Amino acid sequence: MPKDDGIGASVKRREDTRFLTGNGKYTDDINLRGQTYVHFLRSDVAHGRIKGIDASAAEAMDGVLKVFTAADFASAGGIPCGWQVTDRFGNPMQEPKHPILAEGKVRHVGDPICAVVAETYAQARDAAEAIEVDIEELEPVVDMVRALEPDAPKVHDDLTSNLCYDWGFVEDNKAAVNEAFEKAAHVVSLELTNNRLVANPMEPRVAVGDYDPWGDSHTLYTTSQNPHVIRLLMGAFVLNIPEHKLRVVAPDVGGGFGSKIYHYAEEAFCTYAAKVLKRPVKWTSSRSEAFISDAHGRDHKTKIELALDADHNFIALRTETYANMGAYLSTFAPSIPTWLHGTLMAGNYKTPLIYVNVKAVFTNTVPVDAYRGAGRPEATFQIERLVDKAARELGVDPIELRRKNFIKPEEFPYQTPVAVVYDTGNYHATLDKMLELADCAGFEARRAESAARGKLRGFGIAHYIEACGIAPSNLVGQLGARAGLYESASVRVNATGSISVYTGSHSHGQGHETTFAQVVADMIGVDANSIEIHHGDTSNTPMGMGTYGSRSLAVGGSAIVKATNKVIDKAKKIAAHLLEAAPEDIELKDGKFSVAGTDKSVDWSGVTLAAYVPHNYPLEDLEPGLEETAFYDPSNFTYPSGAYGCEIELDPETGKIDILRFIAADDFGNIVNPMIVEGQVHGGLAQGIGQALLENCVYDDQGQLLSGSYMDYAMPRADDVRGFTVDHSCITPCTHNPLGVKGCGEAGAIGSPPAVVNAAIDALHRAGHTHVKHIDMPLTPSRVWAAMNG
Amino acid sequence: MGKVTMTVNGRARSAEVEGRTLLSSFLRDGLELTGTHVGCDTSQCGACVVLVNGQAVKSCTAFAADLDGAEVTTVEGMANPDGSLGRIQQAFQDYHGLQCGYCTPGMVMSTAALLAENPKPTEEEVRHYLEGNICRCTGYQNIVRAVMAASGQDVGALAAE
Amino acid sequence: MYNFDFVKPSSIADAVAALAGEDAQPLSGGQTLIPSMKARLNAPGTLVSLTGIPELVGVCREGDMLVIGAATTHAQVARDAAADFPGLAALAGQIGDPAVRNRGTIGGSLANNDPSACYPAAALGTGATIVTDRREIGADDYFQGMFTTALEEGEIITAVRFPIPQASAYAKFVQPASRFALTAAFVARFESGVRVAITGASENGVFRWAEAEAALSSDFSADAIAGLACSPDEMIADLHGTAAYRAHLVGVMTRRAVAAAG
Repeated sequence: MPKDDGIGASVKRREDTRFLTGNGKYTDDINLRGQTYVHFLRSDVAHGRIKGIDASAAEAMDGVLKVFTAADFASAGGIPCGWQVTDRFGNPMQEPKHPILAEGKVRHVGDPICAVVAETYAQARDAAEAIEVDIEELEPVVDMVRALEPDAPKVHDDLTSNLCYDWGFVEDNKAAVNEAFEKAAHVVSLELTNNRLVANPMEPRVAVGDYDPWGDSHTLYTTSQNPHVIRLLMGAFVLNIPEHKLRVVAPDVGGGFGSKIYHYAEEAFCTYAAKVLKRPVKWTSSRSEAFISDAHGRDHKTKIELALDADHNFIALRTETYANMGAYLSTFAPSIPTWLHGTLMAGNYKTPLIYVNVKAVFTNTVPVDAYRGAGRPEATFQIERLVDKAARELGVDPIELRRKNFIKPEEFPYQTPVAVVYDTGNYHATLDKMLELADCAGFEARRAESAARGKLRGFGIAHYIEACGIAPSNLVGQLGARAGLYESASVRVNATGSISVYTGSHSHGQGHETTFAQVVADMIGVDANSIEIHHGDTSNTPMGMGTYGSRSLAVGGSAIVKATNKVIDKAKKIAAHLLEAAPEDIELKDGKFSVAGTDKSVDWSGVTLAAYVPHNYPLEDLEPGLEETAFYDPSNFTYPSGAYGCEIELDPETGKIDILRFIAADDFGNIVNPMIVEGQVHGGLAQGIGQALLENCVYDDQGQLLSGSYMDYAMPRADDVRGFTVDHSCITPCTHNPLGVKGCGEAGAIGSPPAVVNAAIDALHRAGHTHVKHIDMPLTPSRVWAAMNG
Repeated sequence: MGKVTMTVNGRARSAEVEGRTLLSSFLRDGLELTGTHVGCDTSQCGACVVLVNGQAVKSCTAFAADLDGAEVTTVEGMANPDGSLGRIQQAFQDYHGLQCGYCTPGMVMSTAALLAENPKPTEEEVRHYLEGNICRCTGYQNIVRAVMAASGQDVGALAAE
Repeated sequence: MYNFDFVKPSSIADAVAALAGEDAQPLSGGQTLIPSMKARLNAPGTLVSLTGIPELVGVCREGDMLVIGAATTHAQVARDAAADFPGLAALAGQIGDPAVRNRGTIGGSLANNDPSACYPAAALGTGATIVTDRREIGADDYFQGMFTTALEEGEIITAVRFPIPQASAYAKFVQPASRFALTAAFVARFESGVRVAITGASENGVFRWAEAEAALSSDFSADAIAGLACSPDEMIADLHGTAAYRAHLVGVMTRRAVAAAG
């Protein structure tokens, strides 16, 4: 039996009480004395040359303190990119400058040109309309293929073309892969789009910059998933502020899904302007502004081909992908279509030869970066759609084709041909579990019932593998990361035995305050309520890399385990002294130290008090106090996997698809809080189903965003998704982190889109619409109807 | 500028407002009741839902001046008199009906309006009623369970879908 | 949004007087107007709230007519019209979401005449009369294209008089983001014949589908219009649906409305 507040228990979340009573402290709830407000005047054209800016009328308006332009940032650096990809010829990617405010040109709708700071937000916005910006409109380039044509307009005049990089992986395998295709008994191919999405956390971004002239120190409150990363990037590369003079606080943050990883211009602006004006400067994004200033996600165009032998074994896979970078390189943008995508192209299968080509392209659109899953949903969608298509073309059961080609349980650890080593997994087990929960035996009766109502029912499956727990620093360093990807933790034991944990991870919905306390409570055997988790403030947490890539428990949790073990080791020495025994004879159980084989014991608080009131204490051997810090750098990624099944009903008259049931059988390794894990999967499923059926970020050919608000960008609502069954009973613990955990945050969004599309194609084929081979996401009713009638 | 008075969570509260001051801004900026959130500017997301004279209203799409004299309940007014979580709030915690917490105030207030109108809603009725409240974290399933539980219904069946 | 002066008269006469001022605009529920003001697409100098005028609110049966005050919310129509005119009540209950229905009004919707709004379909689909502070306008004359009506500057709707049909229904295919109608049909059967109004589909706003009306007037059944197709010419094409798709939906939704009306 698990401890009722320890590892494995569905402990209710302690953070909920403040959120449920209106007492959360989000960045927009912070108002500082003397605060001013900034409004960014943003480009309304996708591409243009700035010929002149006249802000004199605006500066004379009531309440206006200053209008900033690029000239005010002459001494500042550009917004840096955190990852350098090397192309297949050995050259570094093209890396344009990303200024805080547009310099000379505007490159996407939403590119900030001027910033107006005033006493009130309304005054700032009113004044922005009085600024005269003379822009010579230039032809924009929106389509990725068009962007690579020799006569295409250039997004950046100082680059040789709109190609950021042309990446090949594994380049040395290319000839062998092509040769395998020559010899293949069957070749199946598919061209598809992975639709551009907008992350849309419900809290829009906010930044508040504050400056203390007496200490020459800065504080930035910001909606970030990783305040230390912002401090490093902004301090060292943009504003030249040393870390000890810059505090970054990310308080309660209302969701991120990747979009709040990156360092954004507005953060640097507020930090800098607060010093210029000697007043706090606040920016609150509206939702409309978020659509044109938050980094977008996905946006790949791919051709994928699979070669099979006569026995239907996968023998080779090759892909060609165009990946949209947008107008500038967002913080981790170059890594998404390469190292977070190419390395997952083996999927769950024993395909021995793989070649992935990715052309990353600049266009006059908002920058594109990681969004929940980041590269892995794109890989999974391609593979799982293609395997399904292969089964149809070969006339075999898509489930059996998968089973036949799965990596077998006994083959782990498994070295893929795309660099990574899967430590553990059991794909047959999750598939079997999913099929059991899906009640496949009852499907035919359910299909007949739908048919009686004039509806088409279909069932689709998908299997996924993802690389989480990002990441081994030395490995990602070799791959171009300009950062380490370890995590940190400090465990400060207080004199009376309560514990304050400071983590470099950041919670913006994941429930770390609850789960991390469970881990420590379990290790020491004390009540979880005596443990407090602190995060989000660079002034009191050790340098950490934050939360993304399903890394918090696998990496951040491991750092906490490591620091807690250090604490326990020291506490045992203190206990040994108190109990007059050897440290190696001391056992810790249920919050009590005892001497093995005796009834001599001292409880936790007795030891902690001794540490801080060292009257009876081995001062010659041991420092007083009980506080330890640890940094954990993983030795490998973690590899969660799972089998997803989706049952849909399709209305043939309108093309509308309804999700009826969705089964997720995941292997996340060990689980700390099952309730929270299920919640994470639910949320991921809704986002993946949203991508598959509803969400689409669309530009017209002039670079105007057509889906720039919730009036046109279809967010999943309560009546769009339903029927989730989530299972995590198939467990192959991670072999290389102390908790044996793998990460669960992104799985739902990775595995669900192909399951939904496969279900739709299944429904259409069962009803005789066998000419429909593929429909690009989102499968809107209009698209489905057109495909059926095409 | 003009002065507007409302009864907010049972107390008479006044603040100076402009014509353009929205109810959400009156609450957040004027009264420092920051539990009410603003998540969009097109009246879609529902993070700002409060009760006005007992009815759910998107506070970002109503002018404070238009509601002079109204009775308003916000999420800050939903706890029990002793400060413990109210019935709806407790159900949201019990069934993990929130993650980041940003949409939560609107969800709680819409739930209050729903249960006042329909004390024992079906799952379909809950999902339909909440169509004006967007949550990006939970996938809604646990929100629906929380609402059903708050209405005193068995959520076991729902959990086993 | 831009600032403005706010007034809230308590009589129609005071409202009309206030609207005579320069740059004055009426405010009803504000569920469309306020978002457009936030986007600075609308800049009234004075906003005249119509929600404090008791005579503009209410649902009242007058013979074979249902008269609805212009400032009556969708929620109230959904509730109070249910007994006398269930087709209209059901339509009102599908507008926006519950919170929007608690503020948005029938007068505001008809004055705005969004090409994807629900109420125009009911007004045109029944041949309702739009009553203003100065005259009465038949629905066939009132709707003049998307966001365009017969209303004059400063003229406000005070009530809408709906002839109560023998049977009616509204079939709405929802645009998944906005929850407006991607295409929707309101069908009403009267002693004198059948009216069919389509919203959400046409670039010209709400319209009557004459061929369907003719067919249904002689045989009020979904089968009667099974072979009828609406032309995709002048249909709206956007990221939610092509013109051909909307034209197709016109038929589907009309048939479903007929089936639901029974």
